[in-house]
Amino acid sequence: MSVTITISDAVKRYGDLTIIPGLSATIKNGEFFTLLGPSGCGKTTLLRMIAGFASVEGGEIKFGEKVINNLPAHKRNIGMVFQNYAIFPHLTVRKNVEYGLKLRKIAKPDIKRRTDEILDVVKITEYQDRSPDRLSGGQQQRVALARAIVILPSVLLMDEPLSNLDAKLRIEMRGAIRDIQKKVGITTVYVTHDQEEALAISDRIAVMYEGVIQQLGTPESIYTRPYNIFVSTFIGHSNLMTGKLTPSHKGYKLSLADGCEMEMDNLIPDIPEGEVLVSVRPEEFTVCETGGINFQVDEKVFLGKYVIYNLSCQSMPELEAQLSQDVGQSERIYSPGETIMLKPNVQKINLFNKDTETSLIQGVVQHSGPEEDETSNEGVE
Amino acid sequence: MTRPKRIKFDFWFFVLVVSIGLVLLFLVYPLWSLLITGFQDQQTGDLTLSNFDRFFNTPFFFRMFRNSMFVSTTATLFGALIGVTLAYLTTAFKIRGKKIIDVLIIISMLSPPFLGSYSWILMFGRAGFVVQFFQNNFGISIPPIFGAGGIVLVMTLSSFPLIYLFTRGALKKVDASIIEAAESLGCRPIKKAFTIIFPLITPTILAAGLLGFMDAFTDFGTPLLIGQGYMVMPLLVFNTFMGDLAGNRNFGAAVAVIMVVITTILFALQKYIVNRKSYAMSSLRPIQPDKLKPMPNFFAHGFVYLITAIACIPQLVVITTSFRATRGPIFVEGFSLDSYRGTFRTLGTAIRNTYVYGIYAIVIILALALLFSYLTVRRRNPLTNVLDTITMLPFVIPGSIVGIILILAFNTRPLLLIGTPTIMVLAFVIRRLPFTLRSSAAILQQISPSMEEAAISLGDTPMKAFFKVTAIMMIPGVVSGAILSWITIVNELSSTILLFTVRTRTMTVAIFQTIMNSNFGTAAALATILTSTTIVSLALFFKLTGKTDLSL
Repeated sequence: MSVTITISDAVKRYGDLTIIPGLSATIKNGEFFTLLGPSGCGKTTLLRMIAGFASVEGGEIKFGEKVINNLPAHKRNIGMVFQNYAIFPHLTVRKNVEYGLKLRKIAKPDIKRRTDEILDVVKITEYQDRSPDRLSGGQQQRVALARAIVILPSVLLMDEPLSNLDAKLRIEMRGAIRDIQKKVGITTVYVTHDQEEALAISDRIAVMYEGVIQQLGTPESIYTRPYNIFVSTFIGHSNLMTGKLTPSHKGYKLSLADGCEMEMDNLIPDIPEGEVLVSVRPEEFTVCETGGINFQVDEKVFLGKYVIYNLSCQSMPELEAQLSQDVGQSERIYSPGETIMLKPNVQKINLFNKDTETSLIQGVVQHSGPEEDETSNEGVE
Repeated sequence: MTRPKRIKFDFWFFVLVVSIGLVLLFLVYPLWSLLITGFQDQQTGDLTLSNFDRFFNTPFFFRMFRNSMFVSTTATLFGALIGVTLAYLTTAFKIRGKKIIDVLIIISMLSPPFLGSYSWILMFGRAGFVVQFFQNNFGISIPPIFGAGGIVLVMTLSSFPLIYLFTRGALKKVDASIIEAAESLGCRPIKKAFTIIFPLITPTILAAGLLGFMDAFTDFGTPLLIGQGYMVMPLLVFNTFMGDLAGNRNFGAAVAVIMVVITTILFALQKYIVNRKSYAMSSLRPIQPDKLKPMPNFFAHGFVYLITAIACIPQLVVITTSFRATRGPIFVEGFSLDSYRGTFRTLGTAIRNTYVYGIYAIVIILALALLFSYLTVRRRNPLTNVLDTITMLPFVIPGSIVGIILILAFNTRPLLLIGTPTIMVLAFVIRRLPFTLRSSAAILQQISPSMEEAAISLGDTPMKAFFKVTAIMMIPGVVSGAILSWITIVNELSSTILLFTVRTRTMTVAIFQTIMNSNFGTAAALATILTSTTIVSLALFFKLTGKTDLSL
């Protein structure tokens, strides 16, 4: 049955090149866990180490209580969905799905029953006798998924399974994958470079860069309270500016350009006076009359529900600012050439240490374990 | 792919008409002569089925058909077993010296099979040195390898490299993720080979096997040398035109027709398997070779090296023999360059002929391949389709039968070509044109027509645009194909053995004759020169293409 995966100080090296310098994470039983990062960050390598297709040069990986470092892939009882699906081209859909069951010497009637069941769950019963080259991308995807889960694996591993599908199908399939995963209740490790997909599908996300988990947490915490500048800029858009922090009676006073000042009461104690990095999401600005920062509208992109403005700021010429405006909530839509005054939402913005680039917000941790997030798992989608 | 268009009367139409004229004269007419001869009565010249009747209903002749089937099938099965095992081991596991092994196997494949027979006779024939060694030192008498066993051995060794190269090519197209998918589902390594890898490459193995079978079925040099009375069909055909039984050409032609029918069926089957049965695979990430545990590793290496060694033995024996000291045709103690001196003195023209005819043939093949492939790829219309089909014919005509149809077609005025260098070059061109043509067409399909259209839009005539743009872009690919054709031309024997005269004989013909005259030293020296030519050409091919192996 499904297990907890414990990764402790796992190291991956190719010759002199260290891909993963020592990575730890615990993936809880039944959890949908996503490895997210730009290409070359080591996410696929980590997945392949869990699968047994890449060797582990240091540390250990445990399925439940069992260390599996040197266990060959075929003895790990994993289900894997590949980026190119890797459907066996010489077998029909049904034979593809039955393949793993036959290897497990399961009685014929059981093979039939379980195959029927899973074909029904992934909705490909009508294609069961087709040969794979006569299936669409989405159908092949479903076959790959069925083949991986029908064996009741300890863990389900998915390597960018949606990257070969078109945009509409991607959204449909990610819903299907999520539903099926919850129905079967299987520990799942999912690799993607698509942040939107990761946010939509995961219980928890590990954002990786250069073989290191930059932040591990719920989609919500990663988006709203990024642990460092990398996460803040990799996930969603961030308007990054420098500000000056000085102690005040409520905690700290943050001074931004154009004399925009605000009181911060959610920062960690004992921050020395000086410059900090401030990240403001496009939706974290409010239009104001006084006390904000002056921007000029350069470009307007109307998206129906939202309007995205590209802005420039005289006092911060380097900044390519972006504002998003909820059409349902806003009084008027601005046109290129107009100037507007914007004030960041003090409750939402994130501050980072200028040198270490890590968050100065209270309670933001790099790794949040499954226990703390138990409550926030719900309603993420 | 362009759709068939209406015929336009331009430069290309002119080329098309000339091309069709050429293939009708040099391919269709000779083949037609064979067909007619086969159906003619020897005495009266009336059309009859009696020649065919005689073949199938005379036990003496029909046994040759069974013999042919037996040796070809057995050799192909052994060849497939060895070739596939070798391909699997070298793809799935780390084997030291893989590249050298590949080159050695390619060289053994390119050398004519009768050379293999010859050197196995040198070792295991009645007076073979291995036989004598065991006789003199241990008193053990090894039975000589003549007969069906010897034929199967030599044919196996000449068919496995082909199957090996094809299988290797197919294995390279299997994506590693397919294998990993099987492993992730709990498949043990051995089981995955049998449930995934082999089923995937079975169509390729079958197709390669059929080609191997065709080669074995039509090979007459091997049974002639090593068969020693074991009669097979190609030998019968050869004999009716050349040897002791020479005389009844109508009967020989009928047997040749039967052989062409069989090879046509095999060829069609092979095409069907390749087009319909093989799986479309594209490999983004080929299978990575694994390191084996010490014991299996030892056996895998042992097997690969043993097979490579056996494949190379004939070449090594030939090369060593060429340096042995001789007195007349007899070998004496020690080493010398006697054989080479003898060769250059008596057979210098054969070496010169090989190079001259070969170069002529390659130039003609290149020119025709460029023009024909352009016609059939870019100017598709009913007439070019006819051209395309006709140029496929040599695929199904065994080499010796190419010789026969040329004899039948060009032995009277005004088309008297027998005995001239022209007919030798013609045989080469017919044998190799389809291969170069196919590869040129494949290359042309990769080149966008818009290049040429751009040249025309800038003011070039269609003819100029072709020669200045498309032809130049095709050249690198076509030339590398031509080098391979050159190698096979240099090693060609089956067609030219029927067409040569003392004045026009080539190296392979001369080797064959000197072997038949038991002048082994001279034969070995000439064969070594031949092998050197092959190796140098192959090195040139690898250098020019930047490839490290030959995938078919």
